[in-house]
Amino acid sequence: MVNIKNVFKSYNEKKVIEDVSLHIEKGKITSFIGPNGAGKSTLISMISRLIARDNGDITIDGKDILKVKNNELAKKISILKQSNGINLKLTVRELVSFGRFPYSQGKLSNEDWVKVEEAIDYMELRDMQHKFLDELSGGQRQRAHIAMVIAQDTDYILLDEPLNNLDMRHSVQIMKTLRRLVDEWGKTIVIVIHDINFASCYSDNIVALKDGKIAKTGRTCDVIDECVLKEIYDMDIDIKNIDDRRICVYF
Amino acid sequence: MGYKKKTIILAVIALALACLYIFYNLTGNIGYILPRRIIKVVTIIMTGGAIAFATTLFMTITNNRILTPSVLGLDSLYMLIQTVIIFVLGSRSLVMLNGEINYLVSIGMMVIFSLILYQWLFKSEGNNIYFLLLIGMILGTFFGSLTSFMQVLIDPNEFSLVQDRMFASVNNVNTDLVYLSIGILALVALYFTRFYKYLDVLALGKEDAINLGVPYNYVVKRLLIIVAILISVATALIGPITFLGLLVVNVAYEFLKTYRHFYIIIGSMLISIIALLGGQFLVEKVFVFETTISVIINFIGGIYFIYLLLKENKSW
Repeated sequence: MVNIKNVFKSYNEKKVIEDVSLHIEKGKITSFIGPNGAGKSTLISMISRLIARDNGDITIDGKDILKVKNNELAKKISILKQSNGINLKLTVRELVSFGRFPYSQGKLSNEDWVKVEEAIDYMELRDMQHKFLDELSGGQRQRAHIAMVIAQDTDYILLDEPLNNLDMRHSVQIMKTLRRLVDEWGKTIVIVIHDINFASCYSDNIVALKDGKIAKTGRTCDVIDECVLKEIYDMDIDIKNIDDRRICVYF
Repeated sequence: MGYKKKTIILAVIALALACLYIFYNLTGNIGYILPRRIIKVVTIIMTGGAIAFATTLFMTITNNRILTPSVLGLDSLYMLIQTVIIFVLGSRSLVMLNGEINYLVSIGMMVIFSLILYQWLFKSEGNNIYFLLLIGMILGTFFGSLTSFMQVLIDPNEFSLVQDRMFASVNNVNTDLVYLSIGILALVALYFTRFYKYLDVLALGKEDAINLGVPYNYVVKRLLIIVAILISVATALIGPITFLGLLVVNVAYEFLKTYRHFYIIIGSMLISIIALLGGQFLVEKVFVFETTISVIINFIGGIYFIYLLLKENKSW
C-alpha cells in the first residue's frame, strides 16, 4: 500500500501540493484526475521520488521511499513519464531489456531475458522488436515503454498521462492492458489521466485534485458524479449511464 | 559490419599510425630521436583518450550530442591562468611557465572551479544541467574577456609567449609531466569503473535513470568531477583542444551506430588518437612545423561539422 501523509510541495514560493494525505489501495487502478495545474503530475512524481517533497511522509509497504535504497525501490515501484524523446539508436528489444537493470545491473541473466521476452509478448511487440525506436509511431513507442516497465516487474506502476497523443484505438488498447495487469497479475497501477471517460470506465478508484488539494477521493462511482465534477472542473457535466458505464457528456 | 568489427579496425589503424609516426624516416641519432617520439605518441594517446572519454561522459550526462565540456569554461579558465601568470610574474618566470608548478596550479584551479560550479548546481533541485551550462558559458566569456584585456596590456614579447599557449601542441611537452599525467589518469580510470554500469541507463535520460534505480545525483556529480579532472589534465598538458572531443565522439556515434558505451568510449578514444597522430604527422612531415595541431583539428573538424549540419538538414 502507498501511504501519503501531509505532503507539501512548492516551486519558488508557489504552492503546488498542499497538505495532501492519501491511501492508494493495492491491486487496483487508481486514477488522478483534475484540471491543468492541479498538481497531479507533481504528486505522482513525488511518489516515485523523481522530485523531492518539502514536507510530509510517503511510504510504500510501510517503508519511507527516501530511506529505501534506489535499487531496491526500483524493484518495487516504476514510473513512466509522458513519452520522452530518447535520441539513442535503440531497438525495442534493447529498450525493454533496460527494464531489468535494477536486477541485473546491466548483465542480464537467463531469467532476466525470460522476463524481457514475456514483456515483449505481453505488449505484442514481437514483430517489431528489432526496429529502432525512431522508426516507430507514437502508439508503438508508448507500448515499447510500457513493455520496459512490465519487464521491470514492480508491484506498483505509475504512469503519467499514458494516453497523451494516442488515438482512440491505441488508448483503449493501453487501458485494457493496464486492466489486465491489475486483474491477472495483481499489480497496483496509478495513472494521471485527462479524459474522465477513460478514468470512469477503467479505474477502480479516482482521486480528484484541484489547486494542489484533494477535492474528492473514493470509488469511481462516487467521484463520477455531477455535483463532484462541477466542483472540480467548474463546468456542468451531464452523466449518462450507458451499458452500466458512467459516461460524462460535457461538449 | 558490426560495431565490434569496426572497433577492431579502428584499433588497427591507430596502432599502424603510432608505428608510422615512431618509425618513419628513423635515421640519425636513434638514441635521441626514438625516446622523444615515443613520449610524443604516449602524450597523444593519453590526451586524445582523455578528451574523447570526458566528452562521451559529458554528452551522456547532458543527453546532448553537441555539448562539450568546453562550455563549462575550462578552456577559457586555462588561458586566463596562463595569461595571469605572465601578466603578474612576467616572462622571466619561465620556470613557472613550463614546470610542474604551472601544471599543478592549472589543474588545481580548473578542478576547484568545476567543483564550485557543481556545488552551486546541486544545492537546489530546480537548477538543472542547462543552468550549469549557461553559467559555464557566461563565466567562460568573462574569463575570455579578462584574458584579452590583460593580453593587450602586456609587452608584445610576453604576448607571444601567451599566444604559444593558445594552441595545443605536443612539440615541447615536459617528460615528467607526462608521467605525472599517466598516474592521475590511471587513478581516475580506476575510480570510474565503479560508475561504468550506469552509463547506458543514464543515456536514457534523468527520469528513466531514476526509475531504474540509478542514484542519479550521486552518480552524475561524480562523473562530472571525473570529466573536470580529465579535461584539466589534457588541457594542462598540451593546451586547449576540447573541440576535438565534440568531433570524435560524434564520429564514433555515426560510425559505430550503437548506444553501448563500452564501444562508444573505446571507439571515440581510438578515433581521437587517430586524429591526433595523423594531425601531428601532417604537422611535422608535411607542414614542417609551420602550423600547430589544433589548427588542423579545428579545420578538419569544422568541415566535418558543416557536413553534419547539411546532412541533418537534408533528412528533414
